[in-house]
Amino acid sequence: MSDAPAISVSGLTKRFSGRTVVDHFDMDVPKGAIYGFLGPNGSGKTTTIRMMCGLLTPDEGTGTCLGFDILREQDRIKANVGYMTQKFSLYEDLTIRENLDFIAQMFGVKGRKKRVQAALEDLGLADRAAQLAGNLSGGWKQRLALAACMIHGPALLLLDEPTAGVDPKARRDFWDEIRKLSAQGVTVLVSTHYMDEAVQCDFIAYIAYGKKLISGVAQDIPKMIGLHTYRVTGPDITSLEVALKSEPAVVQVARFGAVLHVSGTDEAALSALADRYRAKGTHNWEQKPAELEEAFIYLMTGAADNFRGDLK
Amino acid sequence: MSARFPFFRFSWRRFLAVLSKEFIQMRRDRITFVMMIGVPIMQLMIFGYAINSDPRHLPTLVEMADEGPVSRAVLMGMKTSSYFDFEGVVTSPAQGEAALRDGSANFVVVIPPDFERDVMRGLAPQILLSADASDPTAVGGAASAISGIVDTAMAQTLSGPLAFAAQGKSPFSVVVHRAYNPEGSTSINIVPGLLGVILSMTMVMITAVAIVRETERGTMETLIATPVRPFEVMLGKIAPYVLVGYVQTGVFLLAARALFNVPFTGSALAFFLGFNLFIVTNLALGFLISTVARSQMQAMQLSFFTLLPSILLSGFMFPFAAMPSWAQAIGSAIPTTHFLRLVRKVMLKGAGVGDISGNMLGIAVIMAVIVFVALRRYHQTLD
Repeated sequence: MSDAPAISVSGLTKRFSGRTVVDHFDMDVPKGAIYGFLGPNGSGKTTTIRMMCGLLTPDEGTGTCLGFDILREQDRIKANVGYMTQKFSLYEDLTIRENLDFIAQMFGVKGRKKRVQAALEDLGLADRAAQLAGNLSGGWKQRLALAACMIHGPALLLLDEPTAGVDPKARRDFWDEIRKLSAQGVTVLVSTHYMDEAVQCDFIAYIAYGKKLISGVAQDIPKMIGLHTYRVTGPDITSLEVALKSEPAVVQVARFGAVLHVSGTDEAALSALADRYRAKGTHNWEQKPAELEEAFIYLMTGAADNFRGDLK
Repeated sequence: MSARFPFFRFSWRRFLAVLSKEFIQMRRDRITFVMMIGVPIMQLMIFGYAINSDPRHLPTLVEMADEGPVSRAVLMGMKTSSYFDFEGVVTSPAQGEAALRDGSANFVVVIPPDFERDVMRGLAPQILLSADASDPTAVGGAASAISGIVDTAMAQTLSGPLAFAAQGKSPFSVVVHRAYNPEGSTSINIVPGLLGVILSMTMVMITAVAIVRETERGTMETLIATPVRPFEVMLGKIAPYVLVGYVQTGVFLLAARALFNVPFTGSALAFFLGFNLFIVTNLALGFLISTVARSQMQAMQLSFFTLLPSILLSGFMFPFAAMPSWAQAIGSAIPTTHFLRLVRKVMLKGAGVGDISGNMLGIAVIMAVIVFVALRRYHQTLD
């Protein structure tokens, strides 16, 4: 029983006025995992999450969420899932306490007053509980929203780009919180744009064009893509970057300050290229294991034409 | 120069950029765009064609206790004046009174017994013109035209062998009885009607905006991600405004009595049933608007759009009977029209529950249609 995945969906498809937004999407989220859901804007992440928690009805496909059928048992899913929307969607004209109290009542939380007070103290907002939620800064709003979707003690959290537009410090605090929850056994599915957040996930799925391109254990993703990378340093890195981009063996050149990460999928061709440039003696080429960051950039570049003719 | 007066550093390019951006946005906001075109057209049609402040062809009944050349001449004169349309005959005062109260007739003409004989004898009998003066504008023109109509009719009829009867100053007279509003006070008519307009204005707008606000701010997504049922949300959101409607009605009743001396002659139960049904109908309309509007601004505009006919075509400001039939047809589809009649009947004409059943049915049918459409448009999910 405990081995059953928290989320298991297959063939999920959703169309909006003829446009396929999510296309036969499969995913298994193991219990207790932090699962990163990546992909460019408009790739269908929000729609997929909404289908998982019963806010949207899929046109095709089946699945379960916490063992409940996503087509028929939406009410039971809602009662056991914490869903945090992309946009802040609590009441700005209610106070922090009133918001938490309201959501707790919606979920029929037992011992509500105590539970709300505990949440306020966890948040560090106990002394500002009477402040209007609308007056909070972006980072605090995110924390309040997280507290609100945890108020009923859900076994699964669905977080839709929870840290978009939040400063780095607040983002780090937010992730500390998520890891703490994960350690307590809560399963977390989180969509994000940030690579540094992707690195923190146990598993990753990458979606583009509404289709899943790849998924698996986070560390295995570069290997699965088959990406090989060289770290290149030396003078006039900018002209070298331009030159390398037109090499057929190179699929991607990513720049990190004065360092280039040159990647390709054909190991032999890339190695030959490296030898050729090493022979010139101007730059230092050293092979390195491909990391998630390169893989992520690679996937993003590949999916860049997601936007072509695909804007709403 | 320009350094001292920054105002003069005017850039045509920037100005035109702002201008064209504004036009693009105007075009994208469909509902606003439709309102900008639709509201003036609607007003033009209503004020130009539908409204007539000197109504003619008012439904009139006759109670004839005597018949002869003089009374026929009077009735013919009334008919040709185009103010009065004779729609039938009543045989008792009670019938005439009932017709006035339920609004099926605006006038009842009573020719008294032995009228013709009394005219010939020079006894100057009286013809009674009972008018439903609860709407003084509707009957005012006709009532003041009556003496002229009678004089003309007499001049033609009492000639030849009957000329002797015309020699006295007036062979008979017409007494106008302004029922329900003897002083012809317009506030007696306007104030009860105002309740309908106040309720429809606030109830529709408040409900529409309150619901759209949740969608616009994104809080609806939070709400429906909880196990809450849509019906619970709707009921919870609408119930407070029913209370607001109660408060408004209470304040209104006090003010009507204290400030405008508007009587309350009918049944309190009939009033209670009527305004509750009307409030719920308006809330349903507000709910329907909320399923169409994307923003609070649009919700306000659409509410305003429904309010206009409620004021102009319902019989609130202008007599219903004076409108052409197409405008009356539109007016009949507006809940306020039926509610106005109901309130005026109950407050001014002493109506009871039985008298208002027709109006209640009218409102209920409109409400059923609104609720049907609204529920079809409403989704529990974000689909």
